[in-house]
Amino acid sequence: MSESALPKAPPRELIWGFTGAQSVAFALMLTTLVVAPFVAYPVFLMQVMCFAIFAMGANLLMGYTGLLSLGQAAYYGMGAYVGGYAVQTLHLTPEAGIALGTLTGAAIGAVFGWLAIRRQTIYFAMITLALAQFVNFFAVQDTGFTGGENGMQNIPRGRVAGMFSLHSDLHLYVFALVVFLIAFLFVHRVVHSPFGQVVKAIRENENRAISLGYKPAQYKWIVFTIAAGLAGLAGALNALVTHIVTLTDVGNATSGIVVLMVLVGGIGTIYGPLIGAAIIIAMQYYLASFSDWVTVIQGVIFIACVLLFRRGIIGELAAKLKLAL
Amino acid sequence: MTSSILEARGLSKGFRGFMAVQGVDFDIEQDSIHALIGPNGAGKTTCFNLLTKFLQPTAGTMRFEGQDITALAPADIARRGMVRSFQISAVFGHMTALENVRIALARARGGNFDFWRGEKILNQYNDQAQALLVDVGLDDHADTQAALLSYGRKRALEIATTLALDPRLLLLDEPTAGMTEADVERIVALIRKIRKGRTILMVEHNLSVVSGLSDRITVLARGRVLAAGDYATVSRDPAVIEAYLGSDHSGVDHV
Repeated sequence: MSESALPKAPPRELIWGFTGAQSVAFALMLTTLVVAPFVAYPVFLMQVMCFAIFAMGANLLMGYTGLLSLGQAAYYGMGAYVGGYAVQTLHLTPEAGIALGTLTGAAIGAVFGWLAIRRQTIYFAMITLALAQFVNFFAVQDTGFTGGENGMQNIPRGRVAGMFSLHSDLHLYVFALVVFLIAFLFVHRVVHSPFGQVVKAIRENENRAISLGYKPAQYKWIVFTIAAGLAGLAGALNALVTHIVTLTDVGNATSGIVVLMVLVGGIGTIYGPLIGAAIIIAMQYYLASFSDWVTVIQGVIFIACVLLFRRGIIGELAAKLKLAL
Repeated sequence: MTSSILEARGLSKGFRGFMAVQGVDFDIEQDSIHALIGPNGAGKTTCFNLLTKFLQPTAGTMRFEGQDITALAPADIARRGMVRSFQISAVFGHMTALENVRIALARARGGNFDFWRGEKILNQYNDQAQALLVDVGLDDHADTQAALLSYGRKRALEIATTLALDPRLLLLDEPTAGMTEADVERIVALIRKIRKGRTILMVEHNLSVVSGLSDRITVLARGRVLAAGDYATVSRDPAVIEAYLGSDHSGVDHV
């Protein structure tokens, strides 16, 4: 009687809110990411990590808050432009560049989010899309900042703290891995914070949360800003990895692809965005010879995902193993 | 004369020309149980949503503890100590019963905007949450996902969650709707237990529950107040008998 009354959280947590299964998965992920650059092309892996960061932010919105944004590329793209500009023109260090990219994404997200959260469901999605369109039009203008159609090219990778050169792919890989791990643990923390509990309550039953004195708009706004900040971080990191920022980075297709990554990987799971990013980026790399057909194949995967495994790869796996991943 | 905790004057709500509630006045006395009854479509739930500001009144004013609350947001109404439950049981399904109560207790921390802290900080509310679960008879279900609880238990959990905010005025929207006889008895006993030091306003269809619990009754019909008073007065009122009770008013479950 008294035993069953003891508060024991069902999936017993070990450290930092990780359950046993999640800790094992974390060790597995870490090992894979450490070994991977010796087996696969490092630039490909770094792009996977960039998009994983991007998708983790989108997943905070879609999976944990229940908000579908169709304009995440605006924050990703602007983070990339500002990050690239910072290291190329202002000659700032790479860590300062990605910090500025993050802040840019978060700042634009704070303004756009403030407008978008006033509406729900599809109307919310349409507003995010419309606002992202503004950013897109801004980027198309060749103002000398974005470079218009030419984009930003030959962005240097610089030296961390002005000392450690990131010129070689392996050095940059270590840097990107550290950034990715920080972002990953940050997102995990947000989900398992007192704030995250309220967000979960709002997603489950918004009216009930209001009747307990919570104001959902404030929470949605913060999540939106965090997701935009992560998008900005991902964009700036990707600018260092690929040396370029183009209109594609700020375009609607990029907004769509991040949604696809979240869905394929597993919406509302902590490891889903990484798996989703890995699959979609791998398709772009290894199916590149099919040129335009990649989009068609992605479309088919999207449809298959919606019809056959709605919880995504990690979501289905977690359901099968009866674990939280 | 006892003072009223909530006063509504001329409360009205129209939906595209249809007046769901028209010029409703009522006073809820401190520490009483006040029931709002009436046939389907009488405007009870609309009234309830107006009082908690889930709907904005077209006209009229409301004062809670002497202060005008007509223009407040629903979350602010809750923060002032006027907390509602819902007709369709409102629990956070993917959270455990304990977490459901804890999220209400955590309101005491303020906004809970700290996304950089671990959720262990909420464990400080575990004992209090557990005590509330014991109060409503859910002590064995603290770790059960709320969605998996039976209907009656969900209602009990909802009451525990509402009580966690220690409201001075509790608004219960059909607390016994759709319940088995045994569950109804449990909830009635629970309401009797929690009424000490609180005021309760409830919308209820079950007349035996209303007659047994309430100190005062307001009868609504077609959006207007038809009668008000204690059960004996109201049940003898010819207008009420005609509009609602019919010739037989022996506690028929009005479903």
